[in-house]
Amino acid sequence: MPAIITPHKTDRDRKRHVEDHDNGAGRRPPTDKRTGGGGDNDGWSDGQSRRGPHERLNRYRMGIFFALASDLMFFVAIVSTFFVNQSAGHIDVYNHYVNDWFPTVIPPILWLNTAVLLISSVTMEIARRTMFHENDVMDEWLGLGKPITRRALPWLSATIVLGLLFLAGQWVAWKQLAMQGVFFRSSQSSHFFYLITGVHAFHLFLGIGALLAAFVGLYVSRQLETRQIIVDCAGWYWHAMGLLWIFLFTLLVFFQ
Amino acid sequence: MTLTSLRRRVFSTDHHVIGVEYLLLALTAVVIGTTLSLLMRIHLVWPDWQLPLHGPILPEDYLAMVTIHGTVMLFFVLTTAPQAGFGNLILPAQIGSRRMAFPVLNAMSFWLTAVALVVLLSSTFVPGGSPISGWTAYPPLSAVASAGPGQAMGMDLWLASIALFGIAATISSINTLVTIIKLRCDGMTWERMPLTVWGWFTAALLSVIAFSVLLAAILLLFCDRHAGTSFFLPAGDLVNGTLHVAHKGANGSPLLWLHLFWFFGHPEVYIAILPGFGVTSMLLANFSFRRVFGYRIMIATTLLIGLLGILLWGHHMFVAGLNPFAASAFSVTTMAIAVPASAKVLSWIATTWRSRPSYKTAMLFSLGFVSLFIAGGLTGPILAQPILDEYLHNTFFVVAHFHLIMAMAAVFGLYAATYYWFPLMTGRMMSERLGRWHFWLTLVGAYATFLPMHLTGLAGEPRHYAQLAGIPNAAGVMLARLVPLNRFITYSALFLATAQLVFLWNVVRSLRRGAVATENPWMATTLEWHPALHPRHSAAMGEPIAVHRQPCQYAATPSGETFLPQWVPDTLADTTTEAAFDTKPE
Repeated sequence: MPAIITPHKTDRDRKRHVEDHDNGAGRRPPTDKRTGGGGDNDGWSDGQSRRGPHERLNRYRMGIFFALASDLMFFVAIVSTFFVNQSAGHIDVYNHYVNDWFPTVIPPILWLNTAVLLISSVTMEIARRTMFHENDVMDEWLGLGKPITRRALPWLSATIVLGLLFLAGQWVAWKQLAMQGVFFRSSQSSHFFYLITGVHAFHLFLGIGALLAAFVGLYVSRQLETRQIIVDCAGWYWHAMGLLWIFLFTLLVFFQ
Repeated sequence: MTLTSLRRRVFSTDHHVIGVEYLLLALTAVVIGTTLSLLMRIHLVWPDWQLPLHGPILPEDYLAMVTIHGTVMLFFVLTTAPQAGFGNLILPAQIGSRRMAFPVLNAMSFWLTAVALVVLLSSTFVPGGSPISGWTAYPPLSAVASAGPGQAMGMDLWLASIALFGIAATISSINTLVTIIKLRCDGMTWERMPLTVWGWFTAALLSVIAFSVLLAAILLLFCDRHAGTSFFLPAGDLVNGTLHVAHKGANGSPLLWLHLFWFFGHPEVYIAILPGFGVTSMLLANFSFRRVFGYRIMIATTLLIGLLGILLWGHHMFVAGLNPFAASAFSVTTMAIAVPASAKVLSWIATTWRSRPSYKTAMLFSLGFVSLFIAGGLTGPILAQPILDEYLHNTFFVVAHFHLIMAMAAVFGLYAATYYWFPLMTGRMMSERLGRWHFWLTLVGAYATFLPMHLTGLAGEPRHYAQLAGIPNAAGVMLARLVPLNRFITYSALFLATAQLVFLWNVVRSLRRGAVATENPWMATTLEWHPALHPRHSAAMGEPIAVHRQPCQYAATPSGETFLPQWVPDTLADTTTEAAFDTKPE
């Protein structure tokens, strides 16, 4: 009966040896083979950190996930404030309840900016997936040129250009509002329009910084896994900023 | 030592070095914060006393001290030391890892924290001095530069400091979370993680959630101060004799800041004390030679306290104009947190019940933690009643409550951790005799200082009053009657602070002349004492680590061992004994 209830010790012990690389089943080759000089934190000097081909990648993805969760709370706070301000009112000297919220008219160019950002998410996803294309990974791992890098660079460049286009479009939108006499300090709703679009633009600026770091990293990094990590993490960040913008844009257009 | 070597050591990415750096930063901060609190206490009972090199303590000086004392103690001591300090020192080893998930990020968050402390203290030296709006920074006082002394540049520096600290704490917490989730060794299941790790884990989750909201609030307040917005400033507000002129439709509300701030502020107090919960559980079990009573329930209550901690921020605002139904809701959630808190107390008592404990200093401080947690916690349900809080809000009753349960209990947790892990970090034992003196002097001093505050609070003494004597009319008569008790509190505070010199002397002396520690002086079962993970045994790098059972398993076996470290393989242990304690397969 105990043998039925509890897994056999031998089988249980065997599961723990995640570093067995040759079980005869033809596993995929690891993608973190050393391709150059060993650096700090490459895991070779510490056998314990070798838990599979994507250990470092998964670690950095999880880090990005928590960072984005934290950022989400930042925007939750701002959006909550938006709704509270929108619904707030006061009693005037005539005992009337007055709500002084005047919506800010959204510059039409924001629709175009939204389209640009969505396209950039597509180009970013193509670049990210290129980093994991199995045949090219094998070639690059074996040192037969850099097909992954060569294929990802154009899409990464396109994403950077589209991101800069988005920021330029936001700048034009702010200029258009300013020409209509609507400034940051003009009204409660314009506070939030400028605040929301400005903070998102700042986050996208950081995202472009990450993309530029990935661009440079593709050239200077000697480890394939590092190149995968920087493009992958930049990609997830970029997608999150795109999704966030969809939400914020919807908020500004339909819920003011 | 060459410059390169010095740079490598100071800017090290090794988590042990960073942990020590965090603790030294917290030590610096606690000296500053304690000094400020003593100056406050002295001023209350001897108002004519002159600070050397400064002169009389003016009301704005007193209020600035309140602000900086609160900020330094809460952020740079109670948040930094247990979570970032001991978390860096011990957490990786306790889960069987040799490093944090992101070492460079780890070093960066420490230096950001250090910069934040420097920025905060620099607010003392700018024109106008430090802000007078307290650590809670309520608008409109905090939103208008002309509102009072220190509200101009001093307030800007305070905001910048807290923003930097928030970013550093968030980065550090992300590092902690990824380390715990991703770098556990073989066999380290969630149920086998020490409760200290669960405390750090839960506190890190709270940090990721709460500090971002504070950052958003700071951004909005900064815009109100400098960009002409009205997020927190209503139209027609009269501040310091000047009418606040705003745009048409200005409809800001100071209550909005209170919601954002306390959504951060209440989880903050749990970030400060959750590691203490974990340390207390593990040390009580270690020195009682027992396993933790109700281990899974203790894990659940840790997470539950974290969850409830973000659902009850409104109890800080019962008299701020909340909708009365909201007050009822927050009162219920506040009372609800007493359930997991009581479950923890039950487990602590049950773990030590009828055991034959080894009363080392670390054990004494853990028991002191339990005592202070109960004493401070008993006034929590009182303050959770809106009708009672109407009278007690902003009196010294509240000050006594949170100083007992958060300040002193959390500090006792820090002392327990220090006495416990000092041999691991330095290879030397701290003096048990000095430790016992330190413990009893500190316990007596803590109660002597903060229990009487409940009485002055019940009598109606407000917080933040810079003077008690010389106030006209009935309020002045009431306050003047409290001067003798306040004098006793001040004497007790001076005594309590002086008692800490015993600790400092113990540390300094033991570093140089302490008895050499054995490899596992406490018969501990957790992984930080594993020979291969000892911070001073780097020769064992590469040895595989595996965990085979929950921590704190002490039981007689046929071969005579009295404790079973987590890393001892099953084949060396009595399988019957193991089955009794760890019946679920991995």
